[in-house]
Amino acid sequence: MIANAAARTAPACAHCGARLGASETARFCCSGCAQAHALIERLGLDSYYARRVLDPDARAPKPEPESALLAADPPAADADGIATGHYMVDGLHCAACVWLIEQSLLHQPGVISARLNMTTRRLALRWKPAEAAGDPSAVVARLGYRLAPFDAARLAGADRGAESELLRCLAVAGFAAGNIMLLSVSVWSGAVGEMGPATRDLMHWISALIALPAVAYAGRPFFRSAVAALGAGRTNMDVPISLGVLLATAMSLFETAASGAHAYFDSAVTLLFFLLIGRYLDRRARGRARGAAELLAALDAATAGGLAADGTITRVAADKLRLGDLVLVAAGERVPADGRVVAGRSEIDTSVVTGESQPVAVAAGDAVFAGTVNLGAPLRLEVTACGKGTLLSEIVRLMEAAEQGRARHVALADRVARLYAPVVHLLAAATFAGWMLLDAGWHAALMNAVAVLIITCPCALALAVPVAQVIATGRLMRRGILLKNATALERLADIDTIVFDKTGTLTEGRPALVEPRAVDTAALARAASIAANSRHPLARALTASAEARLGHAVAATEGVVEVPGQGLALGEERLGSRAFCSVDGDEPATGGDGPELWFARPGLRPVRFLFADRLKADAAACVGLLARHGFALELLSGDRAPVVATVAAEAGLTQWRAAQTPVDKVARLKQLSGEGRKTLMVGDGINDAPALAAALVSASPAAASDIARVAADAVFQGDRLGPVAELLDVARRAQRVVRENLALAIGYNLVAVPLAMAGFLTPLIAAIAMSGSSLVVVVNALRLNRDRTRG
Amino acid sequence: MDVLLVLVPVALSLGLLGLLAFLWSLRSGQFDDLDGAGSRILFDDDLDAAPRARSTRPPPP
Repeated sequence: MIANAAARTAPACAHCGARLGASETARFCCSGCAQAHALIERLGLDSYYARRVLDPDARAPKPEPESALLAADPPAADADGIATGHYMVDGLHCAACVWLIEQSLLHQPGVISARLNMTTRRLALRWKPAEAAGDPSAVVARLGYRLAPFDAARLAGADRGAESELLRCLAVAGFAAGNIMLLSVSVWSGAVGEMGPATRDLMHWISALIALPAVAYAGRPFFRSAVAALGAGRTNMDVPISLGVLLATAMSLFETAASGAHAYFDSAVTLLFFLLIGRYLDRRARGRARGAAELLAALDAATAGGLAADGTITRVAADKLRLGDLVLVAAGERVPADGRVVAGRSEIDTSVVTGESQPVAVAAGDAVFAGTVNLGAPLRLEVTACGKGTLLSEIVRLMEAAEQGRARHVALADRVARLYAPVVHLLAAATFAGWMLLDAGWHAALMNAVAVLIITCPCALALAVPVAQVIATGRLMRRGILLKNATALERLADIDTIVFDKTGTLTEGRPALVEPRAVDTAALARAASIAANSRHPLARALTASAEARLGHAVAATEGVVEVPGQGLALGEERLGSRAFCSVDGDEPATGGDGPELWFARPGLRPVRFLFADRLKADAAACVGLLARHGFALELLSGDRAPVVATVAAEAGLTQWRAAQTPVDKVARLKQLSGEGRKTLMVGDGINDAPALAAALVSASPAAASDIARVAADAVFQGDRLGPVAELLDVARRAQRVVRENLALAIGYNLVAVPLAMAGFLTPLIAAIAMSGSSLVVVVNALRLNRDRTRG
Repeated sequence: MDVLLVLVPVALSLGLLGLLAFLWSLRSGQFDDLDGAGSRILFDDDLDAAPRARSTRPPPP
């Protein structure tokens, strides 16, 4: 938050709004922003800057040099020569982004229509490939948004249909509830006035005419779920709901036919209406969270550069690779499959697999694992394992084993429902028996028994949990935290121990220049302008650090020659490995071990740039906050002890374990749960996935490996650790509201049930009591949306 | 009370009309993008003023 306040006063980048350094003249923070700004001006769309609303907390639309369009087969043109492509877009902030993307696409030759849905973040693009210059969607990536193609037919499947079915049911129930209530009010006011029985019966018959089809249509989601539960020999909240609604309708129909005084059509339909609201909101919140998770997965969809026999390179999906295929892995790319190096010599970052921060040198004949990152020169690999044989599938097996050991958590609402349904049915039976014993006649006894079932129909109870969860989920989602699992909030509320992974969780997971302030500015600026020509991770890190240090964009110098795997040369100046720069062996390597670049210029002493994985900006603050709130904190890393000890000390963690294999991590979590601790695991690597599955709850950053995100209950976006604290805070508050709501709903029943058993219930009382209790529960849950200053 | 025989059907058919209109708009995709639709109208206005701007409609054959 402090950084945001500063951002408003300090000069900001004209494109992405990032804070600029001391330099007064620079307009951009990096060359990507400068190019995007130029592109927007060229298209005549610069009114975008006046229209947009930049959220200081969100990721700025900052073009990354590597953010080229993900490789995919461009959609083929149909009979009319028109191609249709569907994409997911990441990085949208406001409606101006939608406008900018649509307009810039429409400015491309050949584009017929571009429509971006801001809610689902999906872009539908139609163009004529014959008139277009390449794939028109590339322009969006150059503006700083990330694009991923997706299969529209596959995603437009079941869940979207379920959501719109609920909305249709909701509309029908709302219409019926409103109109029946209108008729009921006239009956209630007529009952004390001069309405004759004939008019009352007419009103009841019209109500029945509306209610019967409405219940049959709008009640289907509940009936289906209740039948499924009963068929499986269980009972859930939908069983008493279905029973209550059906009994109320049947009894009212019977009473109407017998010209009785009381009909409960309004109760039955209003109940459905309220419950459908809760159900729809719940479904929508979950659908959005899942959609966002799908987007992340699609953006990371792994592709590989497949090498054909004639030496041409085609992009293929990583999961289509076969045993013995040849693959080219460029510098900075992820290794797509387990394989053996055929040609090339490079360094591999294995931190995502082992946690080890020091890159490993590989040459022809060495084995490399899927998920690791090639830091150096391009490598040719032969795929040696796919499907079941890979390291990844080994991890998946470990993960499934860990998951089986995890105690199955039963949602609080289901636990309540298990008790509630038998109790209610016993009460109704007791009412019937009691009135029969009092010789009231079977008609009156049955009426009162059914009245008990109607009044206990768990409207407030069924709303108590989902409403609180929907509001909490929505609040977390606005902060970039996606809850994937429905019971994650409940489990989070019990947490007392938090276990962190190191690389990518506490740290940023990518190299950054160590102490840029200590480096000579002129050397840094010169080296960065040479490095700007390369996509090598260290060169990119150098450019980024230099731009942050100098406070303006660094332009790439022309005439630079890249020697793959060694470095960059510009005349006599050389930037690269120690050997490439011909640095003497006795030149001191000050500042410690780690990935390094040397910069040699004729007549000057060589400069060494040392890189390290930095702690996330708010990691220490967040760890301190969590420790103050009484959580036990621990660090589990696969890295070597000295590195882990340094990071632990910087972050303020006293408990740490180094050199942990995935099996060790799972064992430690089992040990913790054996001690009765409730553990939250936060991790991102492939090696963390089994531990994430073994913990009571797990969270992983959005930049995590695919498998870690699948294993985690919650995924948080951004480069900060703060969301973990937010997640725990919201979960605890949501759980408190859920408990209050359950108490309110049960309190309501304690008052209403004796009334119904005693035979005092009328439709008017039922309507007031049920609507009243539902509203109280919803209003109580709305308190979760209020910001509260924490003590 | 005879007036009820006219008024109740009238009220009901009006309500039903609203329901049908809602179901139609749902089916025709007007509820697909609740976040974007509200702001879209603000931007489309000066589309013609933008240089080289083109309509989102397919060009006539």
